[in-house]
Amino acid sequence: MDHGHATAQALPQQVHHDSKQGQQHPLGIYFVIWGLLFVLSTFSYGVDYFGFHGLARWFLILLFMWLKAGLIVAVFMHMRWERSPLMYAILVPPLLLAVLVGLMSIESAYTFWTRILFFGF
Amino acid sequence: MADHAIAEPGAELRGLESFIADWSGDQEAFKRVHWGKAMMWIFLLSDTFVFSCFLTSYMTVRSSTTMPWPNPSKVFALTIGGQEIPLILIAIMTFILISSSGTMALAVNYGYRHDRTKTMLLMLATAAFGATFVSMQAFEWTKLILEGVRPWVNPWGAPQFGSAFFMITGFHGLHVSIGVIYLTTIAIKVKRGDYERKGNYEVVEIAGLYWHFVDLVWVFIFAFFYLW
Repeated sequence: MDHGHATAQALPQQVHHDSKQGQQHPLGIYFVIWGLLFVLSTFSYGVDYFGFHGLARWFLILLFMWLKAGLIVAVFMHMRWERSPLMYAILVPPLLLAVLVGLMSIESAYTFWTRILFFGF
Repeated sequence: MADHAIAEPGAELRGLESFIADWSGDQEAFKRVHWGKAMMWIFLLSDTFVFSCFLTSYMTVRSSTTMPWPNPSKVFALTIGGQEIPLILIAIMTFILISSSGTMALAVNYGYRHDRTKTMLLMLATAAFGATFVSMQAFEWTKLILEGVRPWVNPWGAPQFGSAFFMITGFHGLHVSIGVIYLTTIAIKVKRGDYERKGNYEVVEIAGLYWHFVDLVWVFIFAFFYLW
């Protein structure tokens, strides 16, 4: 998310609106993002409706998921206009979850093969 | 509040430098950020971990089971006009939640314009979308329970499907329900003029953060639980 560009653009605006405080942006951007979210959701539903399988299915599901999540956080939740201390504090910690997911996928493979080898089903 | 905040050292820095300056400043972190907004974000961060634990456990039980996993596309299909449409109920719920996110974003905007009536109406519309979503979820739960799905058993294969389904969608539905109450309360206070007196509509934006987060979590549930 090009936050360098975004903060440069938003800072004067924030200073200007400081008497009122908060995030104020033109309405148009919300309608654009709203529309995009509808389109992306239709695409994700399409993945199931048209029965994509295997790698293409995973790739498309994850692609549309991250695009939607990114748009919601960046624009609807105003993260791209927030100061970077808040941005880093909120967006960096969830990256640790990759460790949990990695560990648990190793663990579940172990459980799966234990079941196959010792229970035979 | 705003005037002295601008004069604070480090407030003019950008990017990583401002992150370091704020956090090592021995003053308040998050300069020029409303305390309520910072607290809401920190709450949402903790909630992110809660939902991630659910979704990670779901991944673990699904990939470790030797029994077949039910096909969500069929489980959540509805017969409309004599034709079975896959996953249609969940697709409609997704669109309802996205619509509610849009009306919420507009409500925040009209709040900062001090348009109390429009803010209230848009927030109530958001809450109404949320209530519709929860009702559809209740319908979905009823359907699955009647078909014999329980947290410990499932007629189509792996019993873990039942526990993951009720736990994840239940916890999300609880968040939506709380959000409906939260938004309705704030909407009434907006109309009554509580924030006009304070001259500060950031409360609406903070409520909006919570609501958008509920939509955000649904994006992940939709992808991992219903589509995968």
